[in-house]
Amino acid sequence: MEILLALVIGAAFGAVLDRIGATNPSVLGNMLALRALGLMKTILLGIGVAAVLIFGGQMLGLVDVAHMSVKAAYWGVLLGGMMLGFGWALTGFCPGTGVCAAASGRRDAMVYILGGLVGAAAYTAVYSAVKATGLLNNIWGGKLVIGQIAGQDYPALLPVSGDVAGIVMGLVFVAIAFVLPERPRGGQAVPVAAE
Amino acid sequence: MTLDWKIGGLALGFVFFIAMMLVKPIGVSTQFVILDGVVADAVASATIYDGADGKPTSDIAYFAKYAKNIANPVNYSFIFVLAMALGAFLSSYLRKGVQGAERSIPALWQANFGPRVAKRFAVAFIGGFIVIFAARLAGGCTSGHMMSGMSQTAISGFLFAAGAFATAVPTALWLYKNEE
Repeated sequence: MEILLALVIGAAFGAVLDRIGATNPSVLGNMLALRALGLMKTILLGIGVAAVLIFGGQMLGLVDVAHMSVKAAYWGVLLGGMMLGFGWALTGFCPGTGVCAAASGRRDAMVYILGGLVGAAAYTAVYSAVKATGLLNNIWGGKLVIGQIAGQDYPALLPVSGDVAGIVMGLVFVAIAFVLPERPRGGQAVPVAAE
Repeated sequence: MTLDWKIGGLALGFVFFIAMMLVKPIGVSTQFVILDGVVADAVASATIYDGADGKPTSDIAYFAKYAKNIANPVNYSFIFVLAMALGAFLSSYLRKGVQGAERSIPALWQANFGPRVAKRFAVAFIGGFIVIFAARLAGGCTSGHMMSGMSQTAISGFLFAAGAFATAVPTALWLYKNEE
């Protein structure tokens, strides 16, 4: 049953990533260069909609709280995020969209996956050394979330209901998605001329 | 060709919600380690072995963390990533896919760095190395930390996103001065 769900949900995820333009490095590059924010609006709306549905679903008892899986915070998350951001901008691929782009026929994405497999092997080789630096030690109590989530013992930032906090946060993401301009640097003009 | 952001965002959010309701949050980058482990175990068969408690383990500390899934790659998370590739392939096939020079060099890259395939491939390899290494250091990627994490109100997701955009935006502004 789980394998069947993996096939259906995985295929849906891959198809959606392709249809929103996330598998195209040019769309990614223009988003990160703040030239065309359509994909950014899509991602913000996606996070917002997911949050509202997940926490709304938990309130209504449709979503099992045990399905939540919050990752711990540690300084390696910030450092790793910063390194990933550089590689993301350089290639136009993150791990998921790189795999999808390769499947859509992009040869540079296939090379990217090879580089990724070597990168994962390199991390495997240095994992114990990285751990010894303390970079992987939890900060802020580890699996910190915004509000108190009933049924999970995650530490909370605020003394409020986790469900309400999740829905409010989700609505804020939706609002940002709507107000964010699609082309903050102006029309279709090549922006270099303005500098 | 690309979906309107309102429809695309609803679809994306709905997929993350369905995954959460029926199974668990979506994540991708761990599966690079699983594939490495499967390959390593195929090359050197004792890489993953059954420990004293009968459960799979490994002498390589990072593989030991994921030994159960390396020993049995037909599990939800690994099949999910394979199915994701299949979904992207079908979607791309239906919209006539990626054609011509775009198959090796994206238009934005070509507009800024020219048509040399070897240059693009070299950057793709190095970039792939950096991204997956970084994702494992962070304990997740754009799917696991940014999308799944932030939609669960996880502060780690916000920390990851702050780091990623702090370098991605200046890098892209520096690299992609010409629009395609």
